[in-house]
Amino acid sequence: MNASFLAGEDKVKHSRMKWITIVVALASLMLLASAGCKKKPAPAPPPPPPPPQPTASLTANPNSIERGQSTTLTWQTTNATDVTLEGIGAVQANGSEQVTPTESTTYRLVAKGAGGTQEATARVTVTAPPAPPPQVAAPSDEELFNQNIKDAFFDYDKSDIRPDAQQALMADAAFLQQHPNIRFTVEGHCDERGSTEYNLGLGDRRATAAKDFLVQQGVGADRIRTISYGKEKPFCTEHTEQCWQENRRAHLVFQH
Amino acid sequence: MTARLKPRPFKQTTATAGAFAALLFLLASAFALPAFSQDWIRTGTGLGVEKVRLAVPDFKIATAGPATPPLQQVFDDVLWSDLANAGIFDMVSKSFYPLQTPGTPQELNVTAWGNPPPNASMVAFGNLGVSGADLQMQGWLFDAKNVSAPQVLGKQYKEPASKESARDIAHKFAAEIIFRLGGGIPAITDSKIFFISTRSGHKEVWEMDYDGANQHQITHLRSISLSPRISPSGDRLAFTTYAHGSPDIVIWSLELNRFLTFPKFGGTNASPAWSPDGTKLLFSSSRNGDPEIYIVDDNGAHLKRLTAYKGVDISPVWNPKTSGQIAWVSDRSGLPQIYIMDADGANVQRMTDGGYAVSPSWSPNGQFLLFSWSRKWGPGEPGGQDIYIMDIASRQWVQLTNQGRNDFPSWSPDGRHIVFQSNRSGSDQIWTMLADGSQQHQLTFTGSNTMPNWSWK
Repeated sequence: MNASFLAGEDKVKHSRMKWITIVVALASLMLLASAGCKKKPAPAPPPPPPPPQPTASLTANPNSIERGQSTTLTWQTTNATDVTLEGIGAVQANGSEQVTPTESTTYRLVAKGAGGTQEATARVTVTAPPAPPPQVAAPSDEELFNQNIKDAFFDYDKSDIRPDAQQALMADAAFLQQHPNIRFTVEGHCDERGSTEYNLGLGDRRATAAKDFLVQQGVGADRIRTISYGKEKPFCTEHTEQCWQENRRAHLVFQH
Repeated sequence: MTARLKPRPFKQTTATAGAFAALLFLLASAFALPAFSQDWIRTGTGLGVEKVRLAVPDFKIATAGPATPPLQQVFDDVLWSDLANAGIFDMVSKSFYPLQTPGTPQELNVTAWGNPPPNASMVAFGNLGVSGADLQMQGWLFDAKNVSAPQVLGKQYKEPASKESARDIAHKFAAEIIFRLGGGIPAITDSKIFFISTRSGHKEVWEMDYDGANQHQITHLRSISLSPRISPSGDRLAFTTYAHGSPDIVIWSLELNRFLTFPKFGGTNASPAWSPDGTKLLFSSSRNGDPEIYIVDDNGAHLKRLTAYKGVDISPVWNPKTSGQIAWVSDRSGLPQIYIMDADGANVQRMTDGGYAVSPSWSPNGQFLLFSWSRKWGPGEPGGQDIYIMDIASRQWVQLTNQGRNDFPSWSPDGRHIVFQSNRSGSDQIWTMLADGSQQHQLTFTGSNTMPNWSWK
């Protein structure tokens, strides 16, 4: 209120306000006196400044990884006496740690101090690694054997190695020399027409003939077992020349 | 030695006549030549004695009640079958018999049986009945031409009543008759045949009565078992089996029901054969790289090799009469042929002149070889594989079968019968026949049945 603006009416108001203030002050004093204060109270000391709040910060670098990879958590705190990092435990006020979470994780740093507790979090996202390209397994010895080895076939009542059988056995020998750990059995077989007992003998001669040929080609004899099945385990049972030829053979079998 | 051997007619030479007379006489002591019209047997005529005309009426039922008739049926069937198959009788047909069934000598009218229509030389008759728990039988053999003193033999039997005992009594009575009328050669009615059957799903050793009854499985190896050979005393069975991986010879004791110790020799071990005294075995082994004939003690000791020729040597058999010779199969000249040699390996002689010859079996009297022969053999040749009999001294042979593929002949103990394998019915089965090739009949019908071996008694 600017006294200079006061008009005549306002001047009256102003002096009235002054009169009220004095009365109120006097009334207050009288009240205070009647309250019975005998002596004058001492003034309260100023409160000490409150302890500073702890601060905390937590970062993960990188914050997105593939499963199996690692990330580094780095944290800083101030004003904290008790700092824990969930999943790790108590840690220094400031520090860093490498972690390898398998799933997406939110790490929580808790900093406690006289001034209170402060938390900080950092989220690490874990994604599944891309599927590795399909790997073709290296073929086993047995698979290689079955893919590459050829049987030797014989003429009627004969156990000599005829030209086509020589070809087959020479190729077999070359393969077997490249795979010196392979051991195998040569089975001698006959067609259905001969007599059971005589065919046991003929099958034996066929197995032995094939084995001897392979040994001559350089395959170690100790790798080769022979057995005759005569006509007891035919490969086919039709009564045709084709089937009979199919059965007159030295059959090579991988040995485990 | 290049001339192809043929069965020569009787008239040709005295030596041949003598050989054939010996051949046929020894085949059956009283035996009329079968009136074969087939070309493949030309064995001469007019030789030998007529077979005994034997009448065998049904036996009379001695006791009332329902138990006897089924047993009497079994008894009559088995008795008739045993006598008809014996190879020495001409059985008089029942349609010619007098109507009344004789149960005792008092009821038998000898002249009625000895005269036409039956015109029997001998009559076997009697009675049987179940009494209490037992089957009792009385039987007689009468000479129908000897009215004053007809009885040849009279027997009594009693056994706990069952079909098995009815069969057993019939076998025993038939054996008495056969022995008495067959020149003193023991009958084969109790003999057994061992063979290989697939009917269990695997090739196992089986056994049956000589007439095909009581077929039962002996081994349960669930592998491949072959070439069963019963020992002379009937207590042990030698055979080849793959049960332990590769073909080995094993010996099974029928008495102890277990295997006896016998070595594994390595290689292919096949076709065991017992010596007549049961102490040694012949067999084929490729333990040294080539199938050869070996001899060894039955406990596996004293192994000795008898052949030394590159090629298959297999299927050895002893001369059962002398033990001094061995027959076997060798392909040293190309296709398999039958050879004989002394028991020490000396004096090797080739018996067959060509074709494909296997599976020798030596007759009990030591004079004949049976074997399986395909005389036209080779790709595209019509291959008939048949059982042949050869007189060893003369090398004369006779073809006994002419249907299907026939193999593994085995002599009966009486030297009158042959058991063999034939596929003429569509599958491999066991058949028997008389030693002259007659009366061929089938014994097995289920599964595939092969490699029969007749017991020694």
